[in-house]
Amino acid sequence: MQNHELLEISKEVRRNIIKMLGAAKSGHAGGSLSMVELLVALYYKKMNFNMKYPQWEERDRLVLSKGHGAPGLYAVLAEKGFFPKEELTTLRKLHSNLQGHPDMRKTPGVDACTGSLGQGISIAVGMALGARLKKINYKVYTILGDGELQEGQVWEACMSAAHYKLDNFTAILDYNGLQIDGTNDEVMSLGNVKGKFEAFGYEVFEVDGHNFDEILQALDIRVTGRPKCILAKTIKGKGISFMENNVGWHGKAPDEEQVKKALMELED
Amino acid sequence: MDELKALRLAYGEALVELGGKNENIIVLDADLAHATYTCLFQNAHKDRFFNMGIAEQNMVGVAGGLALSGFIPFVSTFAMFGTGRAYEQVRNTICYPNLNVKLALTHSGITVGEDGGSHQTIEDIALMRVLPNMTVIVPCDAVEMKKAVYAAVGYKGPVYLRIARSPSPVIMKEDYDFVIGKGNVLAEGKDICIIATGIMVPEALAAARELSGNGISASVVNIHTIKPLDEELVLTMAKKSRAVVTVEEHSVIGGLGSAVAETLIGKVNVEMKRIGIEDKFGQSGKPAELMKEYGLTSENIVLECRKLVAEKIR
Repeated sequence: MQNHELLEISKEVRRNIIKMLGAAKSGHAGGSLSMVELLVALYYKKMNFNMKYPQWEERDRLVLSKGHGAPGLYAVLAEKGFFPKEELTTLRKLHSNLQGHPDMRKTPGVDACTGSLGQGISIAVGMALGARLKKINYKVYTILGDGELQEGQVWEACMSAAHYKLDNFTAILDYNGLQIDGTNDEVMSLGNVKGKFEAFGYEVFEVDGHNFDEILQALDIRVTGRPKCILAKTIKGKGISFMENNVGWHGKAPDEEQVKKALMELED
Repeated sequence: MDELKALRLAYGEALVELGGKNENIIVLDADLAHATYTCLFQNAHKDRFFNMGIAEQNMVGVAGGLALSGFIPFVSTFAMFGTGRAYEQVRNTICYPNLNVKLALTHSGITVGEDGGSHQTIEDIALMRVLPNMTVIVPCDAVEMKKAVYAAVGYKGPVYLRIARSPSPVIMKEDYDFVIGKGNVLAEGKDICIIATGIMVPEALAAARELSGNGISASVVNIHTIKPLDEELVLTMAKKSRAVVTVEEHSVIGGLGSAVAETLIGKVNVEMKRIGIEDKFGQSGKPAELMKEYGLTSENIVLECRKLVAEKIR
């Protein structure tokens, strides 16, 4: 699959994110849009799974630690065929399979219940440890938000992945620089993120989180004896001009007019 | 005099035994393996023991990931940190998706002793009991402890095992049939029904013996599973009695007493008294001194039962 196909898929995923949020009238637009290429790279080029048997024991796993990005994950899973795309507009509605935050008990293809920040990465570390104990070669990926790094549990988890030398574990940071109350620096400076992960024992790669060549290259590099971290520089709200780098779009859904405008931008 | 044995030691021994029979059992500890006795498992099954360091929140999360990989993780640390520090991880990572994780937490209640109030959980039963999907078991002695560990492995879903620190009397027989959610009647009486849990069960039995000498006939019910509570047994016993007294080494708010009251309300009109810690924190002291200080002795149970009979029943 060539990159231009991946770009087309990413566009379709973005369209579906906008439609879902428009129908739900709530949800997290900015952080769903910023990690689209990361998810598409993983699900279309990297991860090993079986749509017919989402619980297949040997599959690779993705734990969306920044669970509020659920619409992005759902759009990719539906695009892949884990469940019908028609279900997407049930997002956040009563009795829907698509909960406000990922629920593995309800949505095929979702590997863990996440949403309370800091917890997903620990679950992913447990899965990676589980793979080693079961002697199965699956890989475990987790996508973290940058604001999420403010949770102490993230660093507890990082320490344990390095301590147990989990080289089947990759933490990917959706590094868009914004969180609900403002920029990371305004709210709580993250300092030297690369240095922090390195100090915690990770092999760190920095990529443009919207560039498939860079993302895939970093995902492909084999690291042994320690966990991998990919710092993906991204743009919050990527793809929609009026949402890009706008902190106001963290936890907001577009209204009817904005949905139209956004979809028009995604037609080009 | 009954033999004395610490529940945490029985827990460690049971883990070793079960670990030999079931390869899926994994044990995680947070730098307290020699206090929780998971060190016994570590020695016996080295490759399935993981020290997670002093990081309880991550430990609970990793246990969730291991459960999702098909293992049966036992998470051990002090009850304070497992139910308190990592509360939201227990809620959202374990209970919300209903994962097969066992929280086997030691040093519960005030019998932690000299370490003082900062380390004495008086609220853990309440905290765990309100979580959907959670089963709460409070073994009364070393024999029941071991049976509870076996039962927890046999049951699929989150279980909280509340494990006391100090040596306590062994009162149950080896051939006793332990079933999650089923209480047992240890003594029959017609005036008062004493419902006890954990290490208060031996105290309740001693109190019943003392009361019979005072002309008060008391039954004693051991409720090892606070949730799901054996409501049928509680209702049956309450109907047969003129008063119900609950006894627990825990706050009177939210624990066994509350669970029993919630069961009785609107169903049985009976006098009731809850014996436990009266909405206050613990302090340093020898376990026996603390039990006396906070009214958790057979003597105090006798006193309260006699008061109840004198004031409310006769």
